[in-house]
Amino acid sequence: MQIREVARLLKADILAGSVNLDREVKFACGSDLMSDVLAFVEEGTLLLTGITNLQVIRTAEMIDVFVIVFVRGKVPANDVIDMANDRNITLMSTDYTLFEACGILYQAGLKGKS
Amino acid sequence: MKRYIMEHTYSIEAGNYAVAGEASSSIKGLLKKLGIDGGIVRRMAIAAYEAEMNLVIHSVGGSLTIKIAPDELLLISEDGGPGIADIDLAMEEGYSTAPEEAREMGFGAGMGLSNMKRCADEFNIHSDAGIGTKLQIKIYLK
Repeated sequence: MQIREVARLLKADILAGSVNLDREVKFACGSDLMSDVLAFVEEGTLLLTGITNLQVIRTAEMIDVFVIVFVRGKVPANDVIDMANDRNITLMSTDYTLFEACGILYQAGLKGKS
Repeated sequence: MKRYIMEHTYSIEAGNYAVAGEASSSIKGLLKKLGIDGGIVRRMAIAAYEAEMNLVIHSVGGSLTIKIAPDELLLISEDGGPGIADIDLAMEEGYSTAPEEAREMGFGAGMGLSNMKRCADEFNIHSDAGIGTKLQIKIYLK
């Protein structure tokens, strides 16, 4: 699924990294536990989370995740947005909850990986 | 003695979450630049980042060292305390002594050490309560 399509389905605002809008993701993962994300998420997976601090960007950087969706309308601080732009990581914010956002993307064909 | 062709040490400050991850980011960049296989770079980046977060969250401060040989990568994490009283318990997934502050950042779920072990070909941990902890993570290149 194209990142542009993810943003459309989730009615999300793009906060950083618009360079990736035409790129594709095959899988998604919803989690607030960065150690779980580090352990189980494959390269190129879409990450949905309610955590908005610098460590989320660091985590994404380590495992080559290039798109993060913040749920429940959360918007990170400017230093987090700057760090994502520096690393070409797309950030978007949706008003849906984690459960709803995952459900919408799953229904549209994006799969998890277990 | 193993001959390492490159070695770099990073000093890690306790409790400084604003820069936590910079050393691991630099290690990842270095390994990528050397043309090391992407899967191996990723494994070392994950191990380094978990080790770095542990130093920031749990230790009084320490260092992270990456050593590179033609056939292996070695990551060493050393700190000056407080040490781990029961390593077997600390290795258990889900066991954590992390403060609320770390949990708010998505860490402290008790997964760090087992994540590092999962990424490593050889994993060694030695700790003396009151003195400090030394971790060694080796990943083979061949």
